[in-house]
Amino acid sequence: MKEKYLINARIIDPKNDMDEIGGLIIDSKGQIKDVGKKVANGNIPSDADKIDLKNHALIPGIVDMRVFVGEPGFEYKENFRTLSNAALSGGVTSVVSMPNTSPVIDNVSMVDFLKRRGRDKSLINIFPAATLTKNIEGRQMTEFGLLKRKGIIGFTDGIKTVQDPQVMSRIMNFAGQSDSLIMQHAEDNILSKNGLINEGEISTRLGLKGIPFLAEKIIVERDLSFLEEYFCRYHISQISSEKTISVIKKAKDEGKIFTTGVSINNLSLNENDIGDFKTFLKLSPPLRTENDRISLVKAVNDGTIDVIVSDHKPEDEESKRLTFSQAATGATGVETLLPLALELYHNKKVKLNKLVASITCNPAKILGINKGSLDKGNDADLCIFDIDKPWVVNKNELKSKSKNTPVEKRRMQGQILKTFVKGEALYERV
Amino acid sequence: MAVIKKLKAVKKEQNHLLGIQDLSFSQVSNILNQAKTFITLNKSESKKIDILRGKTQINLFFEPSTRTQSSFELAGKRLGADVMSMNIINSAIKKGETLIDTAMTLNAMHPDIIVIRHQDSGAPNLLSQKVNCAVINAGDGRREHPTQALLDALTIINRKGKVEGLKIAICGDILHSRVARSNIYLMNMLGAEVNVIAPKTLLPHSIERLGVKSFVDMKKGLDGCDIVMMLRLQNERMHGSFLPSAREYYEYFGLTPDKLNMAKKDALIMHPGPMNRGVEIDTNLADDINRSVIREQVELGVAVRMACLKIFCNKN
Repeated sequence: MKEKYLINARIIDPKNDMDEIGGLIIDSKGQIKDVGKKVANGNIPSDADKIDLKNHALIPGIVDMRVFVGEPGFEYKENFRTLSNAALSGGVTSVVSMPNTSPVIDNVSMVDFLKRRGRDKSLINIFPAATLTKNIEGRQMTEFGLLKRKGIIGFTDGIKTVQDPQVMSRIMNFAGQSDSLIMQHAEDNILSKNGLINEGEISTRLGLKGIPFLAEKIIVERDLSFLEEYFCRYHISQISSEKTISVIKKAKDEGKIFTTGVSINNLSLNENDIGDFKTFLKLSPPLRTENDRISLVKAVNDGTIDVIVSDHKPEDEESKRLTFSQAATGATGVETLLPLALELYHNKKVKLNKLVASITCNPAKILGINKGSLDKGNDADLCIFDIDKPWVVNKNELKSKSKNTPVEKRRMQGQILKTFVKGEALYERV
Repeated sequence: MAVIKKLKAVKKEQNHLLGIQDLSFSQVSNILNQAKTFITLNKSESKKIDILRGKTQINLFFEPSTRTQSSFELAGKRLGADVMSMNIINSAIKKGETLIDTAMTLNAMHPDIIVIRHQDSGAPNLLSQKVNCAVINAGDGRREHPTQALLDALTIINRKGKVEGLKIAICGDILHSRVARSNIYLMNMLGAEVNVIAPKTLLPHSIERLGVKSFVDMKKGLDGCDIVMMLRLQNERMHGSFLPSAREYYEYFGLTPDKLNMAKKDALIMHPGPMNRGVEIDTNLADDINRSVIREQVELGVAVRMACLKIFCNKN
């Protein structure tokens, strides 16, 4: 591979506190050789490729901590190849794949399968998560040590929460010793049983059973109590309500160490968007009130929330063309994660470096991977975008195999132009 | 793909009766005025006219129903329509067919009107997006039961002359009740003041935002009311820990002569049926011909449904 000189870029690397016009050199191994304003136009060797980025933004490739792939079992919804294409067009170069497949990822042999498929079919970096409990039943913990050694990045029951407090306390106790990352989907199953949308005026009007914010808050409170006794690497996958933010703030003030994520959906949409039973907006956690959304945005800006995820959950049209209560839960999002996040920047609600950190170095740090930054020697995983370019979402132009985008026809500002993985431009907008 | 696009292109803008929320005041007035003319017809010797002759009405009931289904069936027949009631128990839905596939199948038979009852809120809305005929909601989940509210309004108008300015109490399981929701919208629209009375566990979140006052003390809620609408309390509510027992419920939320005394002397008692005597209503009160208009509601129900069928069928 020839050396590549990416010049005239606005380089934003929150980990290294960098936001400057400059360049980036990719060496012959596809790694970052140098970066910053010192990489100027003048001294480019004649045998190197020169790519002029025309002052567009260059950030580390996005790390998305919550993505559902259909393999194995739901290949008709998404496979590694289609996911890769979708992710690349969204500037996402690393994803944590959720274990809610069929069969579920709860044993070592499944990890081998995933790694092989990921290697053969995927163009992006796949970091597989395994389940917290066998068969996602919430009873018997999986083999954290063995799975981790095989390459599992973290443990989560994905769309489910471990309900039994004794099981959860033991999981956290045990995870501590193997330094395993626990990613909890916080939802009390009994409080949210049969619930479809946020409990409130909209659920009353639509006649749909509500999911109270308490279902989330009570699990976060429980787990944070456990954390005091059983320290482990604990991450709350997604939160959705203002009340949960207060719990998290208080715990952080008390000195507890843990991290928190939020779905871009809960930052960009609210329960009113469900309108006349739009099943594409049936999500978990549910979209809540505008007040909740505003609080979540503030929490991203002030650092209470560490990570923004796409919660990319492809569902085929058939499983969405049903009544609201029968329809599948989830929306695609890996392709629209960055443009939607940029809305918060354009609206002056979140500082750009905070936004970029929440999708690059913050998740990388939680996961303990050498991604999400422009450190010298790192793989050159890069996302280059036009920060102002307006465009309109059209589901037929999205690359994901499933078309259940929650933001169809939405006007966006900010478009991905190029995505590099290991120094190669695998996506280029034409 | 091309075929589907073509179908979409020829699909006309339809008028459906999906809920009171979608109706304007003039549409409601039109339905009620039309229904008044059918009250007389329903009492006459020959009850059949032919304004819907040649039209096909399909009743699609996914939930068991006695009065609503027979009321719609009778209404259609009296207007001269060909009425078919689908028996869901034996149908393809039980074999796993989705609502949309069922809708497309029925649509191919060119019905003019589909009356649907479904356990899922929003099912009629979904159906209406997929068929080329008028859809009438006969009750969906806990969302709406528009014809019930319309017949309640007609009953009130029949007895009290108007709805405007009246004070109406709706009592019981508001949380699970589509009748309550439709009545709240309609009575508010017609200018009544609405109180809802229920134990807190059976009051939906933010119900006040729908324009009602909520009460947990039945006597306070009934104070000065012209109309007392009782709702059915389903037995399964006792199991979900919504309530401690039927006995406790009756003590605090059952309609008894003592509590009814708080309402106006000439207050009317209404109930959408079927009643649980001794659970939500004192059995003597239910049968008191001076106070209870429960049977009149059923009678006027046919007239209201005839009006709805006529208006929504002929618009298309």
